[in-house]
Amino acid sequence: MNAFVRIVWLVVRKDLTVEVRSREVIYTTLFFAVTVVLVFAFALVKEGRALGDAAAGILWIAIAFAGTLALGRTFERERQAETLRALLLAPADRPAIYVGKLVGIVALLVATELILVPLIAFLFQAPLFSRPLWLTAVLLTGTLGYCAVGTLFAAMLVRARSRDVLLPVLLYPITIPVIIAGVRGTAALLEPTPDVAIVRFWVSLLVAFDTVFVTLALWTFEPLMTD
Amino acid sequence: MTIDFEELTVQNVSRHFGRRRALAGISFTARAGGILGLLGPNGAGKSTLLALLATLLQPSAGTIRYGDLAVIGEAARSDVSKGGAALRARIGMLGHDLYLYPELTARENLTFFAALYGARDAAGAADGALARARLSDRGDDPVSSFSRGMRQRVALERALIHGPRLLLLDEPFTGLDETSVGALVARLRELRDTGAIVILATHDLDVVDGLFDEAVFIRDGRMMETMTRPEALRATYRSVMARGRG
Repeated sequence: MNAFVRIVWLVVRKDLTVEVRSREVIYTTLFFAVTVVLVFAFALVKEGRALGDAAAGILWIAIAFAGTLALGRTFERERQAETLRALLLAPADRPAIYVGKLVGIVALLVATELILVPLIAFLFQAPLFSRPLWLTAVLLTGTLGYCAVGTLFAAMLVRARSRDVLLPVLLYPITIPVIIAGVRGTAALLEPTPDVAIVRFWVSLLVAFDTVFVTLALWTFEPLMTD
Repeated sequence: MTIDFEELTVQNVSRHFGRRRALAGISFTARAGGILGLLGPNGAGKSTLLALLATLLQPSAGTIRYGDLAVIGEAARSDVSKGGAALRARIGMLGHDLYLYPELTARENLTFFAALYGARDAAGAADGALARARLSDRGDDPVSSFSRGMRQRVALERALIHGPRLLLLDEPFTGLDETSVGALVARLRELRDTGAIVILATHDLDVVDGLFDEAVFIRDGRMMETMTRPEALRATYRSVMARGRG
């Protein structure tokens, strides 16, 4: 197996094993995301009808907030016993360590979305499953973009005293294009007759964002983590 | 690419964090088959120096030479990444925190790190490490269920799992009982005899009396004194530090 892929696999397997044992991040993330959706459902759904594109907005708010929580907790775990230092001390490609952490966090958020999407479809009476492949494309590209930036920032801030405050302050402004594209792409899928061209445009934008930010993160991870 | 070295030379190394000076003008040489002690009070800069030696930080000025093959700092235009992975493969570090995942078992921790360091038989390397830590029978228990002494033994074997030339230890005696301290000192002597360069930062002076081949005394980021085979360490330490205050 290629050395880069081997390191990515080792880090992902380790992160998932730790999560399966503790279930700390998945439970807190899910609980938080479901609470956000329920609160908005009580506020925005009147007599079984939701406001306009509310379902799309709520879905991405829940993903963004839950994602911030997952990012913070995942790196807090690496900070507590300084295991991030141990990862950086290893003679492994540091970008491979970044990709391993990124894949682990994306997997956690995708697991959260598997619960969130049916819940929102039910509570908001939203036809989210009318184009399941396009919905999957919007969710995967959006989640990857959000986590690509978030993983880099969370790793950078792991030693900062006010990391819990700084992470959302840095992350949200930079990922606004992801949230907007995610919301607009999802809203387009909720139309009675979804316009695939519009959805394709937003997915293309997300793919471009993902490409730029994953490349930037791979390029900057080593120097940012060394000093 | 593989790197090996029998000497570590620190030349006039300084490190600043913004305007705060953590280290200034530190110079010493550590040789294979020797234990070098970094001694100083809390906040002296010992941990920063170990992070520099581990390549986790770069010097603001000065040079660190690992034999003739690898250099970090000014002479290398501060590019740690040049041969960085090959150099890191020869360094083991045991920090004040133990660098272990508490949710994983001792065997899983050791297998993970052995694989990360490129061991062909990671499971075999983990078994060997567990045997050296005298924890073969507890290998499948989560690290969170271990006592501090047991965790320390696993952490030391984690740092040694790839057979490093340079071993860096930061306050390794903290929280250990007498038996665990004795076992750790014996293991360090064994490593010295096998030709490792051991650098140990501590302020547990009674424990390490007679252990060091070299001692470097640091205070407020500055080097106060270097000594070969220092004896009566506590008295020597007091006198060196008092001179610094004067």
